[in-house]
Amino acid sequence: MKKENFFKRNWLVMLCGLLVGAAAVFLTCQGNPKNMGFCIACFLRDIAGAMGLQSASATAENAAGIVSNFRPEIIGIIAGACIMALVGKEFKPKGGSSPFTRFFLGIIVMMGALVFLGCPLRMVIRIGGGDMNAIMGLVGFVLGILVGIIFLKNGFSLGRAYKQSKTEGLAFPVVMVALFIASIAITLFRTSLSGPGSMYAPWYIALAVALVVGALAQRSRLCMVGGLRDAVMFKEFGLLAGFVCIIIAVMGGNLIFGDGLSFSFENQPIAHDEWLWNMLGMSVVGWGCCLLGGCPLRQLVLAGEGNSDSAVTVFGMIVGGALSHTLKIASSGTGTGDNGPTATIVCLVVLLVVSIFNLKKESA
Amino acid sequence: MIDARGLACPMPVLKVQQAVKKDNPDTLEVMVDNMTAVQNVTRFANNNGYQVSVKELEDEEYSLTLTRA
Repeated sequence: MKKENFFKRNWLVMLCGLLVGAAAVFLTCQGNPKNMGFCIACFLRDIAGAMGLQSASATAENAAGIVSNFRPEIIGIIAGACIMALVGKEFKPKGGSSPFTRFFLGIIVMMGALVFLGCPLRMVIRIGGGDMNAIMGLVGFVLGILVGIIFLKNGFSLGRAYKQSKTEGLAFPVVMVALFIASIAITLFRTSLSGPGSMYAPWYIALAVALVVGALAQRSRLCMVGGLRDAVMFKEFGLLAGFVCIIIAVMGGNLIFGDGLSFSFENQPIAHDEWLWNMLGMSVVGWGCCLLGGCPLRQLVLAGEGNSDSAVTVFGMIVGGALSHTLKIASSGTGTGDNGPTATIVCLVVLLVVSIFNLKKESA
Repeated sequence: MIDARGLACPMPVLKVQQAVKKDNPDTLEVMVDNMTAVQNVTRFANNNGYQVSVKELEDEEYSLTLTRA
């Protein structure tokens, strides 16, 4: 009876998880980088590169470097969530909850993600592909969320948001769609000729898949951070079921359509095996996203729903992606960047400061 | 009464959880302003022995009345 209720209550988020996993494998088959069919952090970083916000890996032959691409997946998720929210009458523009702190946290989260080499969604996709380094990432991610929960339970809050105008709510989705149209209609943005940025599915396929994912993610509230957080805080396992479904779909998809599963720490696609920094990088992400109230995927969806705080966070993540490469914080397949370990420690210290200084007495 | 309007996930549910733990009330009124919070608070309340009635107020706000089942 209880089991039946669980499936009845959570079928949508589980379906969404299965679809996201299947979409990741499908987009990989269509040309996206391996074990990265759908990585919000990597793709926002690629957008930063496409817009010329970083040129760290540029060469004379490849002026766009290796991580530049105006990824349709990001735009599809935002637009899909926006359309679904409008149709479902859930488009309710809001904002004003510590926007600068959120922008800053977006930068921090992105730095942690690029030390690990992936957002929580890619972490799950990497686990589904057999990348054992992502298990270390998961350990760190859980630890980060647990620390975040301690602060939430003790009164951490970024303050309340207030109603905003429809214009404010629509500004972010409209700007992102306009930039995307510019990216395919004119040669405004750069695309890498080698490296991960040069690997991509045809834009119309990526966009169509992402529109569906964005719409379903909006309806189901799928969130990588929310899954673990709600399980620990409220013994509510619905969102976590979506998380598990992504792994199942990626594993199944890789077995059926991909190159099978390769369980190992070494030679995994676009990953390194420095376990400590994989773990701590994802601790930064888990903690930061816990304070933000959702993972990078959820931030995109909320921004599509008209939440300007999340829109600011997404722009923080884009800037964080650019800074990570310019300041040699981002890792590569060969290991952590020159400044990756130092930056990770600094990010953890900054998160501690942000957490302490936003404790509200009345909530304790 | 808990005013959780404008608060992001998971703060509305957390406030309800803390109130239930602290006072174990027979009834509790909660104000929220988005459907996600309505669903999350309702799910938490149902799992913790409360029935929930939701009233949609003006200006996209909701009043939830939790009553011990």
